[in-house]
Amino acid sequence: MRFHGLRHAATLCIVAAFAANPAAAKVISVNATTPNANEKLQEALILAQPGDTVQLGAGVWKLTDGLSLDVANVTIRGAGAGEGGSILDFAGQQGAGEGLLVTSDDVFLTQFAVLNTKGDGIKSKGADRIVYHKLRVEWTAGPKETNGAYGIYPVESTDVLIDSVYVRGASDAGIYVGQSKNIVVRDSIATENVAGIEIENSYDADVHDNIATKNTGGILVFDLPSLPMQGGHNVRVFENIVNDNSTPNFAPKGNIVASVPTGTGVLIMANRNVEIFGNVFDQNGTANVMIVGYRYEHKDPKYQPLPRAIVVRGNQHGKAGYAPKFAGGDMIAAAMGGSIPPVLWDGAGDAVVLDKVGVLSLNLPDVKTPQSEAKPSPADLSKGTPPAALPVIKLPDAMEAKVK
Amino acid sequence: MRRVFAAVGAALLCASGGAASPPPAVDQAVVESDAMPAKLSAFGLFRGNDPKTPSTGIGYTLRAPLFSDYTDKHRFISIPAGKKAKVAADGVIEFPVGTVLVKSFGWSDVNGGRPVETRLLIRRAAGWTALPYIWDADGKDATLALGGRRVPVTFKSPDGETHSIRYAVPNKNQCKECHSLGGEIVPIGPKLRNFILDPAASEKLRSVYFENPAALKPTMPQWDDPKSGSVATRARAYLDVNCAHCHNPAGSASNSGLFLRWTDDPAGVNYGIGKRPTAAGRGSGGMEFAIAPGDPAHSFLIYRLESTDPGIAMPEVGRSTVHKEGAMLLRQWIAEMPKASH
Repeated sequence: MRFHGLRHAATLCIVAAFAANPAAAKVISVNATTPNANEKLQEALILAQPGDTVQLGAGVWKLTDGLSLDVANVTIRGAGAGEGGSILDFAGQQGAGEGLLVTSDDVFLTQFAVLNTKGDGIKSKGADRIVYHKLRVEWTAGPKETNGAYGIYPVESTDVLIDSVYVRGASDAGIYVGQSKNIVVRDSIATENVAGIEIENSYDADVHDNIATKNTGGILVFDLPSLPMQGGHNVRVFENIVNDNSTPNFAPKGNIVASVPTGTGVLIMANRNVEIFGNVFDQNGTANVMIVGYRYEHKDPKYQPLPRAIVVRGNQHGKAGYAPKFAGGDMIAAAMGGSIPPVLWDGAGDAVVLDKVGVLSLNLPDVKTPQSEAKPSPADLSKGTPPAALPVIKLPDAMEAKVK
Repeated sequence: MRRVFAAVGAALLCASGGAASPPPAVDQAVVESDAMPAKLSAFGLFRGNDPKTPSTGIGYTLRAPLFSDYTDKHRFISIPAGKKAKVAADGVIEFPVGTVLVKSFGWSDVNGGRPVETRLLIRRAAGWTALPYIWDADGKDATLALGGRRVPVTFKSPDGETHSIRYAVPNKNQCKECHSLGGEIVPIGPKLRNFILDPAASEKLRSVYFENPAALKPTMPQWDDPKSGSVATRARAYLDVNCAHCHNPAGSASNSGLFLRWTDDPAGVNYGIGKRPTAAGRGSGGMEFAIAPGDPAHSFLIYRLESTDPGIAMPEVGRSTVHKEGAMLLRQWIAEMPKASH
């Protein structure tokens, strides 16, 4: 759809279409102080052409309705994500399930903040090669059950880059990548969310050089049944700092993350081929690493509920296991001298743990056995042969070029 | 640069006589171009630009309409002369290029019954395009609102309750969010199972617009008429129209795994029975299942339908009030499900 100069043309005769001569990529500037800024910004996002940049002015934008972008290869660029930058404030939001929704490919989002949305912060769906960069998504009052669910939320996409973002206060996951392929989450900070970073029902992900701190659980790798894409696998979680994940779980009940025990560092549930290495763990009261099966009733014959081929190696373990917040955890800790080992396995599936720390197994042989039948005991998982190392995730060069 | 383009384009169009005066009939050149006219009158869809008098076309209604804040919707189809829509073998209604589905939204007690907005769904060569127009204060024309707008209105719903809301005219992208199938825009209501061509129209008129009007036989019950079907079938018709445009495997809510089409297995977990929340956030309302059979109070599908909080409410767009009558039907449907079935 080509379109030029709606607001400048004579009103009666502007229905012309123009010759196919795509204009050079242009910058469309929009300012927070413009009257009807919400509508004008949305209009700019609709009228943008592939290659264009929508430039958000500095200042606080008071927005009442969710924004959306459905044009491929558009950049939304602000004047920064911090104080004095471009702040999209949704405290007065009246409609839409998220602050910004992207449904087109090759979109680049950079240097702005999305605050206090009623639902999710920024969602992208079916948006291949999306780049989230230098963004802040925050619920500024800190952890509250009434906060939106996901901060940064790409789903059903191939090639996803999340780089140098800050997310705080999500009542589900700060950074959530769902049902996607070929994913990199790096150099980002997730704090005071229920889950800091979550990779769910996805294939081929590298999660590295992030800081996940003061969440309920730092980094989650999940697979859930009855979804269009499942069988999560090939995820590397490496060289992250995962510490002090001590925020009491504030997720609305019913959601899977509501079951994450406070004090969880990395939690792997029902995936295969997950590598946890080179991370620095400290002050995770339940466990630095938890490896578990999916234990809820389900009716999905294709679903595989066990964790398989999980490798834990070369991590630094600070204090952990001193306040285990799963059922019966405190009793086990008391029996073991006040704390449980930093790696916790429910006993089903298979994992190799090469870190020189203790492993506690709950010795549940399968996901059918109720947790009440746990027979906790130390386990040695160092003897197994780790599967072949996973390859580095490589994203298309054009994506990397955007953040250089 | 932009001004020059616009001026040249405008001059060309004026030279062809397109906009010198209100066109007497639908301007197919405009309809079939890729233009987004600033004024609704550019299409010539209404006689004297009065939203009550289409200049051509045939009206239609639906067995189950999409709830939009209790608006009365006036719908008609404009199909270019010499062309006809047809019902394809698979039951899909195929509209020829140049078709416009015109839908005006208003309330009888707002603006003297004049519509607040008119939405066009235009079948162009490249596919369907959605354009929202808001009627001007003087009621003489309507203006394109690509970015959507909130319009304060006060109206009474059928039960007599007064509602004062900031009614949301959707932006162009939101039109697509609901009308999207596999990333392309498609009509929602005009599916064979739901479609009623103006019963007052003569056979002759019907056959002007449809190749095989006799094939237009809706299969869904009238959602609010108990004589037309059981509670369960009427509830499913309601879900089909109000939810399934997103909740299908190629729709905007594909990732939820909750699929609510008339054709989906209503006993399956993907229909919500015993289905745990996915990406629901606050929408779960602390409940475990979308539909807990026999227990509407613990079915978060109901919780979301009865909320107007943007972090909870479903559908996500197009609703600022609760559709009490629709929610009541769904409550009854869930209450009547045997508890043991999940």
